[in-house]
Amino acid sequence: MNSSPQKFEDLSPTGDFANGESLTVEQAIANLESADLGLRFYAAWWLGRFRIGEPAAVTALIKALEDEADRTPEGGYPLRRNAARALGKLGDRQAVSPLIVCLDCSDFYVREAAAQSLEMLGDPVCIPALIKLLAVGLQGEQLTSKQPDLSQPYDAILEALGTLRATKFISLVKPFLEHPIELVQYAAARAMYQLTQEPVYGERLVQALAGEKLQLRRAVLADLGAIGYLPAADAIAQTLAENSLKLISLKGLLEHQVSHTGTSTLSPGAIKVMNLMDSLL
Amino acid sequence: MNNSDLAQILIRAVEEADSSDRLLDAVQELAAAGIEESVPTLIAALGYNNPGAAVAAVDGLIAMGEAAVSPLLELIDDYNYGARAWAIRALAGIGDIRALDTLLEAAKTDFSLSVRRAATRGLGTLRWHQLPPDQVESVQTQVLEALLLISQDPEWVVRYAAVTSLETLAIAIAVTLPDQASQITNQLQQILDTDADLGVRTRVKFAQEKIQQQQHQEVFAPKRKLQDTEVPYRGGGRR
Repeated sequence: MNSSPQKFEDLSPTGDFANGESLTVEQAIANLESADLGLRFYAAWWLGRFRIGEPAAVTALIKALEDEADRTPEGGYPLRRNAARALGKLGDRQAVSPLIVCLDCSDFYVREAAAQSLEMLGDPVCIPALIKLLAVGLQGEQLTSKQPDLSQPYDAILEALGTLRATKFISLVKPFLEHPIELVQYAAARAMYQLTQEPVYGERLVQALAGEKLQLRRAVLADLGAIGYLPAADAIAQTLAENSLKLISLKGLLEHQVSHTGTSTLSPGAIKVMNLMDSLL
Repeated sequence: MNNSDLAQILIRAVEEADSSDRLLDAVQELAAAGIEESVPTLIAALGYNNPGAAVAAVDGLIAMGEAAVSPLLELIDDYNYGARAWAIRALAGIGDIRALDTLLEAAKTDFSLSVRRAATRGLGTLRWHQLPPDQVESVQTQVLEALLLISQDPEWVVRYAAVTSLETLAIAIAVTLPDQASQITNQLQQILDTDADLGVRTRVKFAQEKIQQQQHQEVFAPKRKLQDTEVPYRGGGRR
């Protein structure tokens, strides 16, 4: 993938879509039932993109999680994927149980979208189902011997477990630090930091910022922003990646500083981060 | 070997670089040499889709200063918004008043948030002393109007940049245009009260602190002429 991340950022709600149509909320909800599968797929994306959290939209998207009409030649479920992604963005807890069901879907990308959205919804009730999926990659407390194991969206599952503070399952997260796929290692380091607050895991991500591949550096920027690891601030500012992504990452550090220092005065850490952000504008 | 020969060698190294690391090194060397002939090559490097090389080129162009301004203004690439964002950043870093119209236009209307962000930042780092004294007030008022508008941009990062520039402008005009300065103070408070983004609100607090510190100093040095306010820290090395 060599499209610039700016392309996604530059889609602002006020902009016109070059090749999409402008929808109304009613149209989008109605289109989820359209005979035209393309319109359904687009409507599901659109409802998430513009955070249309109306009960009717949520209900229609939950229903779309069981869609059978839209299938790829490989047996994937494009509409289910988009519906699962949208439900994470809408923040309605009604979607939690139906998304847990999606963790058993035969389509890898539906499972991945469900794990990501369950992370966003933040309800720990899904932890056992995520652990069940994570355990596919484990024999006891070690990775399965068949590697690289790409059978499950381990990175999305690990990130969700970290965000949901599944501290009881640290021993099942830890083995994934050794996974052959770097993105999975990073997701495990991110989760381990969130579950233990031990700097060694934050430092592991900082080291990864010096890696060779731009795509991986971008992923690590997102991870560090998500965990708000302050000691990474300088390394984030200096890594070779787009300033837009560094700014988002540093904003994660800044917001973490503000929410975790209960006072209204600015902490030295917050000031440091803002000075770095200013220099990247 | 004279500068021109050196420039030719370094320019050729950029043109012949066959890996992103080699390109980065070649652009860094060319930028470090600080030779005026290298400006077009550095500008070209903004468009190679290599963030490391672009950062090095921006640093080199900023170090070149005024000599890079008109080539940048002429060569801003309308078709590659990645390169345009870097070129705007270089202009913002130089702070030359000749870039004013380009920055105003880009900050208000460009479709790319990176370009709007960089241009907005540039509006806060202009070198006011380059203007004839009788024009300073009207241009500062024009920039203020633009920043008030931009501080309502839908993208958090553009609003964040607007806050940084409102801060430097408030400090620059505290003595000369007290009415406009209080307009800025009011706008910042309004952003603090209403902005949806915690990062933006936090930056407003920081701006308010810095403006207050400066007012405090004014009390003790009321006669000090604010000809050229301190240029904000832009970070060093690879950004």
